[in-house]
Amino acid sequence: MEKDYLKFVIVGHVDHGKSTLIGRLLYDCGVVPEEKINEVKTVCESLGKKFEFCFLLDYLEEERQQNITIDTTQIFFNTEKRNYVIIDAPGHKEFLKNMITGSSLAEAAILIVDITEGIKEQTKRHAYLLSLLGVKQLIVAINKMDLAEYSQEKFKQLETELQSHLNKVGLKPNFVIPISATNGDNAANHSQRMNWYQGPTILAALDSFNASIGLSHLPLRLPVQDIYQGQPVGQIESGQIKVGQEILVLPEGLKSVVLEIKKWQNPELTSAVAGENISIKLDAKTQLQRGQVICPTENLPEISDNFKATVFVMSGSALKLNEKIFLKLTTEETEMTISKIHKIIDSSTLETISRADEIRETEVAEVEISADKKIVFDDFKNIAPLGRLVIIKNEDIAAGGIINLN
Amino acid sequence: MNHLDQLENKSIYIIREAYHDFKKLAMLWSIGKDSTSLLWLVKKAFFGIVPFPVIHIDTTFKFPEMYAFRDKYAKEWNLNLLVAKNEEAIKRGINYKTHDAFTCAHELKTVALQRTMAKHGFKALLLGIRRDEHGIRAKERYFSPRDQEFKWNYQNQPAELWNQYKSQADTKSHLRVHPLLHWTELDIWEYIKREDLPVNELYFARHGQRYRSLGCMPITKPMKSEADTVDKIIEELKNSKEAERSGRAMDKESIYTMQKLRSLGYM
Repeated sequence: MEKDYLKFVIVGHVDHGKSTLIGRLLYDCGVVPEEKINEVKTVCESLGKKFEFCFLLDYLEEERQQNITIDTTQIFFNTEKRNYVIIDAPGHKEFLKNMITGSSLAEAAILIVDITEGIKEQTKRHAYLLSLLGVKQLIVAINKMDLAEYSQEKFKQLETELQSHLNKVGLKPNFVIPISATNGDNAANHSQRMNWYQGPTILAALDSFNASIGLSHLPLRLPVQDIYQGQPVGQIESGQIKVGQEILVLPEGLKSVVLEIKKWQNPELTSAVAGENISIKLDAKTQLQRGQVICPTENLPEISDNFKATVFVMSGSALKLNEKIFLKLTTEETEMTISKIHKIIDSSTLETISRADEIRETEVAEVEISADKKIVFDDFKNIAPLGRLVIIKNEDIAAGGIINLN
Repeated sequence: MNHLDQLENKSIYIIREAYHDFKKLAMLWSIGKDSTSLLWLVKKAFFGIVPFPVIHIDTTFKFPEMYAFRDKYAKEWNLNLLVAKNEEAIKRGINYKTHDAFTCAHELKTVALQRTMAKHGFKALLLGIRRDEHGIRAKERYFSPRDQEFKWNYQNQPAELWNQYKSQADTKSHLRVHPLLHWTELDIWEYIKREDLPVNELYFARHGQRYRSLGCMPITKPMKSEADTVDKIIEELKNSKEAERSGRAMDKESIYTMQKLRSLGYM
C-alpha cells in the first residue's frame, strides 16, 4: 500500500528552536546527504560556531549570519510509517506573513516553547493563528530541557500555563513533549535523561496523526476557473460530480445536467471527486464564467454580497474602513469594502483594541464585508475551501479571512 | 486520488491560474526531466496543446543530445519554440574556460532571458524548479515576483494562502510561476514512469556513469551509476544520500552562489 503524506508546520517564538528541531529530526532519521552536513560544518567553522542543526534549513546568507529564519521553507522526509512535508516558519513578528503562508497548508502543527523563556509574544500569536486557520492536530514541544536540568517540575509548571492560554484560543494539544532539539532528547529517539516522561517522542506523536481525509464526502462545490472552447474547467473543491447529475450554477441558480466529464486523454469519465481538475459539458446554452460555483440541487451554499468574517492582516499597510479593496474566494474576485469593524483583537495578548477605523498588521478583526456582487460561500467549519478568502490591496494579498456563520 | 494524482492536479490548477491571469505568458524549457514533465502537465491542462511560447535558453554549451531532444519534441509536440541566446556575450568570448561559472550563468542565461522577455513583453514565466533541489529554491513561492532588473526580493515575498496566489504584476516587473514546487526528484521519476514520458538519454547509465541533473557541458559532471532504465533510477534514488545537483559545479563555486544568482534573476 502507498504510504500517506502529512504536511506539518513548526511555529513558535523567535529562537525557541524551530529550525533546530527540524534539522535534528532530519539528522536523526538519516535523511540528510553527507554533502549537506559537510557544507554546514564548513559554514559553521567559518562563522566560528559549533554545528548548527538549523543551517540545514536556513539557507540564506543573512539567515546564517544572524541565526534567524526569514522565510518559510519546506522539506521532505520519510519514516517507516509515512512521508512528511515539514514547513518551517519564521518566528519574528515582521515575518508573520511568511508564518501564515507556511501554516495555511498544514494538516498538523508543532508549537515550540523554550523552557528558559516561557510563553512569549509570538508563542501566543502563532497559537491564535493556528486556531483561526483550523489546525486541529497539535503537538506542544517544550524545548531546551537541557538548560533546565531536565526538570519535571519546571516542565509541569510551563505546561499548565500553556494549557491555559491554548484553552483561551480554542486549541487542545494532543501531546505536550519535553525535548532538547540540540541534544536530540525526545525528538526522534527517547531521552535517557527524562525518565519521568513516559509519552511519545516528537516523531512517534507525528506518526500517530491522520493525514488529510479529503473532502469528497462533503456536498459538491466546483468553482469555475476558466472557459476553454465554451466549456468550464475547474478544480472540485469538495464532493463529487457524476455524469447525468442535476446541478445548479450559482449564484444565478441556473439548473442543468452534467453531460460529460473530461480530462485530456480521458474524455469519457463518469465521475470525479474533490481535488480533481476537470472540464465538464452541461446541458445548457448559457455562457458560464469564472467565479460561478457548480453545486448540487440540495445542500446549498450561502449566497450574499454582505457577510461577516474574521480577518487577519499581514500587510504593512492597514485595511481601512470603507476603502475599495478586492476580495478573492476560490476563483471569484470582486471589489469590496469593509463596511463595519465590530472588534479588533491583538493577536498575541487577545486584548480588544479600541479602534474601529482601520486594522493594522498582525491584528485580527471581526468585520462586515460588503462585496460588489453576490458571491457563493460556506461556513468555514462545514466546507473549508468555500469558507476562506483573501483580501487584495495594492496588488498583494494583504489579509486572509475565515467565514464563520453565527 | 493517489500521491501523483494530487501533485498533478495541484500543478494543473496553478498552470491554469497563470494562463487566466497573464495573457503574455511563456514557459522555460531547459530540455531536462523537470521542465519536460512541466511541458507534459501543460499539455494536460490545455487538452493536448501548449498555448503559449516555450523558451529554451541556449548558452551554446549544452550537450548535443539536448539539442537533438529539443528539436525532436518541439516538432512532435508542435511547440512555438523561442531560442534565447546572448549572441553579444558569446562574441565577446564569454565561456567556461576563461570565465567563472557565476559570470557564465549570469551572462549566458539571465541576460539572454532578459532580452527575450523584453522583446516579447512576457509578464509571466512558467518554470520547472522544485523545492527539494536546493535550500534556496525551498523558500520560493508558486507565484514569485521579479522586479525590472529581474531581482528576486527574497526578504519580502508575497503571502500565499491556500490556493490563492499573487495574480498581478505591475507594468515593470514579471512573475515567475513554479507549478512543480511541491514535487520531489523521486516524484518526477515516478511520474515519468507512470506517464511514459520521453526523457533525455543522458540520464541513463552508460559505461557505469549517468547524469542526474543536466546543465552546461563544461560544468556538469556525471555520477557513478548502473541505472540504465527508469525503474533502476527510481530504485537508485530511493537509496541515495547524495544531493541531486552534486554534479553541478556552479552550485559549489561558493556556498551562496545560488542565492546571489537567483537574486539577480537566475532560475
